[in-house]
Amino acid sequence: MPIVDYKVPVSVDEAVIMLKGCNTAVKILAGGTDLIIQSKPAGSDPLTVVDIKSIDSMMTASIDDEGLTLGPAMSCAELTARDDIKSVYPGLIEAAYLIGSTQVQGRASIGGNLSNASPAADTIPALIAIGARCIIAGPDGERVVAVEDFVVGVGKNCMAQGELLKSIQVPPPEAKTSDAYLRFIPRTEMDIAVAGAGVSITMDSEGVCTAARIAIGAVAVTALLVPAAAAALVGSKLEESALQAAAAAASAASKPISDRRGTADYRRHVVGVLVKRAVSIAAQRAQEQ
Amino acid sequence: MAKIHVSTTVNGDAVEFLCNPGETLLDILRNDLQLTGTKEGCGSGDCGACSITVDDRLVCSCLVLAVEAEGKAIGTIEGVADKDQLNVIQQKFLEHAALQCGICTPGLIVSVQALLKENPEPTEEEARYYLAGNLCRCTGYDKIIRAVLDAAETMRGAA
Ligand code: FES
Ligand code: FES
Repeated sequence: MPIVDYKVPVSVDEAVIMLKGCNTAVKILAGGTDLIIQSKPAGSDPLTVVDIKSIDSMMTASIDDEGLTLGPAMSCAELTARDDIKSVYPGLIEAAYLIGSTQVQGRASIGGNLSNASPAADTIPALIAIGARCIIAGPDGERVVAVEDFVVGVGKNCMAQGELLKSIQVPPPEAKTSDAYLRFIPRTEMDIAVAGAGVSITMDSEGVCTAARIAIGAVAVTALLVPAAAAALVGSKLEESALQAAAAAASAASKPISDRRGTADYRRHVVGVLVKRAVSIAAQRAQEQ
Repeated sequence: MAKIHVSTTVNGDAVEFLCNPGETLLDILRNDLQLTGTKEGCGSGDCGACSITVDDRLVCSCLVLAVEAEGKAIGTIEGVADKDQLNVIQQKFLEHAALQCGICTPGLIVSVQALLKENPEPTEEEARYYLAGNLCRCTGYDKIIRAVLDAAETMRGAA
């Protein structure tokens, strides 16, 4: 769709009015690393873009006793440079760091990665694992949707036309909680996940896992939260048998396709391995706190 | 469709241009501002030939709308040399023969400049990862990396 109009709101309210008042198809522009490519092929409907980067709250992040508040349009480069966020959510930063090249990270945003809703998006399992919620603004006010419910299909999110992802919020973690994100690609850089796993693990002082959230990516239409994998870990000391059970639960929950990046069987196996490894990393981080 | 007026800064100079809302900054740089040092390889964010900086942040100009340049500071390959005096990075690319056809070179030099600003002492691995978004079909990268590490060392010595 060719871009025929460009608007720059300076507040969320103004953006909502602009989104609603458009007489062409309308898309929200943050980093543009997906949108600008999608708008290049000539033909069909004209498109209006609403650039949300002049809205201050879209471009900033804060972390304090209230938890983490992420401006959805902030670039991955800016986010991954934030040591205060990395110290609490190293897994989320790991995921953001895996998106594209240095150049792409200079523009690409977490809100865009989430809204664009690729099944292989790296930040989505990482956000699900830490219990992130989407604050959505619209003509009728705000609503809150868990990240695992935000994405509803390949390239589809739950927002209606006229709605806007206003912020991403994560409640403060329990003591001795940490996260990790791992993905598998056939090379070490510049590729799309064959499978991914985002996990958050809470330990007690005896080395027992007291809470877990396990999310898997690139192995179904959307990233999946896998409660059965978490259940296999809680109450255990993360012995090999518990890790193995979590891996098996993740593999069983996956519904992968075969494509040139890997066969369904391969993905099913690899996602279990990634869960196991990510759990060990997150648990180690939690215990070091 | 009405053209949009944009005021920006390119390599320190105030610049104004008119553009269509869907036009990329890469197209405006090359076709309107005659700054053809920035190259187009893929047009889809994969090759890095179009690398520039926007407010000191390294980006692909093929993935930036020209209208987004309003009020920003743009840096391109044309701003790297000091008039006729090559920058250290450019000099080291020549010394190490870090180019063959040259189409990737402007993007690489802009990227290397951003790398060394962020990290004046990169390891070979750090340099290779940072530059993974700059593709080169000719050199095999080895000479590029040698030039980068040599430039870094020279710049540290001069600092
Ligand atoms: S032309 Fe922009 S990345 Fe290839
Ligand atoms: S020198 Fe030819 S592409 Fe790099």
